[in-house]
Amino acid sequence: MSPETALLVAAFGPLVTAVLVALLGRWPNLREAATLVTSTGVFAVVAGVLYPAVVAGDRPHRLLVEVMAGLELSFTLEPLGLVFALVATSLWPITSLYAAGYLRGHGEINQTRFFICFALAISGALGVAFAGNVFTLFVFYEAITLSTFPLVTHKGDEASMRSGRTYLGILMGTSICFLLFAVVWTQLAAGTTDFTPGGILGDLPEHHVPLLLALFAFGTAKAALMPFHRWLPAAMVAPTPVSALLHAVAVVKAGVFTITKVVVYVFGLETLRTTGASQWLVAVAAFTLLSASVVALFQDNLKRRLAYSTISQLAYIVLGAALVSDRAVLGAGLHIVTHAFGKITLFFCAGAVMVGAHRKYVSQLDGLGWRMPFTFGAFLIGSLSIIGIPPFAGAWSKWWLAGGALEAENVPILGLYMVSSLLAVGYLMPVVARAFATRPDPSTFEDDPVSEPWMCVLPPVVTAVGCLVIFFGIDPMVALLEGVLP
Amino acid sequence: MSEPSMGFTEVVIENLPILQVILPLMAAPVCVLLRSGRASWALATAVAWVNCAISWALLQIVLRDGFLSYAVGDWPAPWGIELRIEPVNALVLLIVSGIAAVVITACPRSLDSEVPAGRHYLFHAAFLLCITGLLGMASAGDAFNVFVFLEISSLSSYSLIALGRHRRALTSSFRYLILGTLGGTSILFGVGLLYMSTGTLNLVDLGQRLQDVGPTRTVMVAMAAIVVGSTLKLALLPLGAWLPNAYTFAPSTVTAFLAATATKVAFYVLARFIYRVFSPAIAFETFHLDAVLLPLALASMVLGAVLAVFEKDVKRLLAYSSLSQIGYMTLGLSLVSVTGLAGGLVHLFNHALMKSGLFMVVACVVLRTGSSRIEAFHGLGRRMPFTMAAFVVGGLSLIGVPLTVGFISKWFLVKGALEQELWPVAAVILGSSILAVIYIWKVVEVGYFKEPHPDFEAREAPLSLLIPTWLLLAGAVYFGIFAEPTTGLATLAAQSLMEAAP
Repeated sequence: MSPETALLVAAFGPLVTAVLVALLGRWPNLREAATLVTSTGVFAVVAGVLYPAVVAGDRPHRLLVEVMAGLELSFTLEPLGLVFALVATSLWPITSLYAAGYLRGHGEINQTRFFICFALAISGALGVAFAGNVFTLFVFYEAITLSTFPLVTHKGDEASMRSGRTYLGILMGTSICFLLFAVVWTQLAAGTTDFTPGGILGDLPEHHVPLLLALFAFGTAKAALMPFHRWLPAAMVAPTPVSALLHAVAVVKAGVFTITKVVVYVFGLETLRTTGASQWLVAVAAFTLLSASVVALFQDNLKRRLAYSTISQLAYIVLGAALVSDRAVLGAGLHIVTHAFGKITLFFCAGAVMVGAHRKYVSQLDGLGWRMPFTFGAFLIGSLSIIGIPPFAGAWSKWWLAGGALEAENVPILGLYMVSSLLAVGYLMPVVARAFATRPDPSTFEDDPVSEPWMCVLPPVVTAVGCLVIFFGIDPMVALLEGVLP
Repeated sequence: MSEPSMGFTEVVIENLPILQVILPLMAAPVCVLLRSGRASWALATAVAWVNCAISWALLQIVLRDGFLSYAVGDWPAPWGIELRIEPVNALVLLIVSGIAAVVITACPRSLDSEVPAGRHYLFHAAFLLCITGLLGMASAGDAFNVFVFLEISSLSSYSLIALGRHRRALTSSFRYLILGTLGGTSILFGVGLLYMSTGTLNLVDLGQRLQDVGPTRTVMVAMAAIVVGSTLKLALLPLGAWLPNAYTFAPSTVTAFLAATATKVAFYVLARFIYRVFSPAIAFETFHLDAVLLPLALASMVLGAVLAVFEKDVKRLLAYSSLSQIGYMTLGLSLVSVTGLAGGLVHLFNHALMKSGLFMVVACVVLRTGSSRIEAFHGLGRRMPFTMAAFVVGGLSLIGVPLTVGFISKWFLVKGALEQELWPVAAVILGSSILAVIYIWKVVEVGYFKEPHPDFEAREAPLSLLIPTWLLLAGAVYFGIFAEPTTGLATLAAQSLMEAAP
């Protein structure tokens, strides 16, 4: 398979999944098998065809359709997009397995619709990853929003309707008001929206640069930059597999990926360095980073706590991109990977606790660790990775981000990283501590049964192991991301 | 024109411009003579599709030759009556005849439930007359016949609206009649003044002679009268007060037709007069018409959308949304650039597709539930899944989600605004899209999240309505993905409007 074909197969393969799921809806086991097989196939295409091609220096390009003169949908793969695609597709099969266990364990309705929308959202994420120009990225960005809406409102009750309103209102509102504005502006200023190494906005008047950057940064509300972050906690009303893959990986990473990609390939690092136009974004991201961590400390609802943690961790990536030093951008790219594996582990565990023990508040977790050892063991590893402690993946991205702050000669940011890591200890460790601190009285077990269904336990264990593996196998990833830098 | 040696086909092709006006005009009295609902429907449908084919053929000729001039009765312009088809009105003709054909094909079931059977033949006759008027207005090459056809289309649309099942249809129609007559008279007044100044009625001739006359006070008054008259028919704020009630109380299929066509033709008349008769130099540089139209367009966009947000009846909600969309078109016109004007023109086409599709959805719901109130939409996601899905598609297009026609329009308009560094205008365009998100999602939400309302029974709409509805909305998606034909034609039309008369 040529890399150009592989782009299409990977981006639209999930649509095949969606069709198969729709056809097999009546036989749940077959339906899930279809998802697992096709999702693994998509991952195999990305890892087996696209990865070697990009490593070899190839930048596969494919025109999809010319909408009108000067406006075309096209795919061009470069290292950053490949990294995002690898993350999304590698975690998709695992999450599908988990989702099957979770939905059945919870007795959720409309499971077929769930898996269809899930596949559509993945297709959208891959479209974002492969986008060859800002317009294509915008199209798939909106596709993600629309396809995840039924997932967020899956329950169909009053609460999910309200959350859905917030979700759609913020994501779509900002993308139409700011992002579309930015896309048209870019097209007008540069005559193209193609992602080009070194950027395309060299001729933009200097005082316009920060403004356009602001339109991009706030228009991409999926990156959950304050003050447009509220959709993320609201989306926690969705079933946990959605929170896990979409609101820890695909959707939010599509946001930070967009910002990073635009910084590198539309503005160009050099332009931003000389104009200093991203300095304000450093400040906004720093504020988001810190305040979201503080808010997370006070959340008793486990999923909400993780959501605020996500907001804070996303700000790391935006901050890395905004620092525009080579190492910081590389760190931002790495953090997309390491945070994905860490945070999906945590969400998997939170969901397993909901399914196995019917608890969703941190204050209810006392002693549960002894009864769900695998789940909380994985939670511990995920937490350590998020905090940035070796030998887990998160340590590397923080290392590069910190180095990037030094390279950008921004020492206060270094301090900020330390403080926020401490805060991460503060909001994640109590969960583990509570779970293991007290040993429960075995006599209470009978009237309070706790189970660990294997489909909900295996995935977090796998991703937790992934955190460990990535720590030792980070070199190829770094080498790949160095291709992003000029 | 037709010489004895020519075969039938040649004769038909030669006379296409007049045929599309004559056919429905002749068919209308036949409908009355037939006195049968079904027979008159069959006739009207056949004529509508033939017209559709004719406008397609005309478009091809215009694309090949640039323009097409037809001398009625072989009296050459500027003395005789000329029908003149250029890219811009070829587009309008196609919109009118295409939408008319789809809507009339779909209408029997909806008509059965909304209009007494004894009046169906009258409905079809009025419908055909309305098509005559609109097509005539769009193809007339002289100012006086623009007025004549305007009156034909207006009178027939008053009677179409009055056929609505609610008694308020009568008052709405009457109100439209009063205001519409004022608008028509105003146009006639303007045309009279122009004739006084130049001694001609032919539009091309008028345009040339006005250059010599220059911006006199008489010309200014004429322009004011024509602009006021046509914005009244166009329903631009503050002269659009007739529209919401007329759309709400008219039979659903009439609304679907009129919303997609009547205002579009009025827009064409306005654009034609401003750009080709008065010329941008007089209209914008001397009289600063854009300083009036631009704020009104922006106000329409926002106010229409705000009213829609608070509206509880979906049909009226869409009518308010039309007010807002008319603002978009007028905005394109007042940007005075090829991009802006092309945006306005492409939005004519795009809005016609999506809004008639959405009104058809309402027609489906009214047929099944008997109401267009928002309560009737409760729980329709499960009870009328295809209808509701159609609403979602049309709604997304109205919002301007990429890969729908709404996005294409917005892209042009925002680009047009940014080209002239009108940042606030671009912001208003995008801001009003947010309002569209709110008013569309309000309906989508109740459709999918609310339990069905006990007062309203519902089951899926019949295919005879669903297929045309989906045809229109599939068009709204198709031309959002493959936008080259529409945007190309709109750009061509905008260029031909911007440059001086050939």
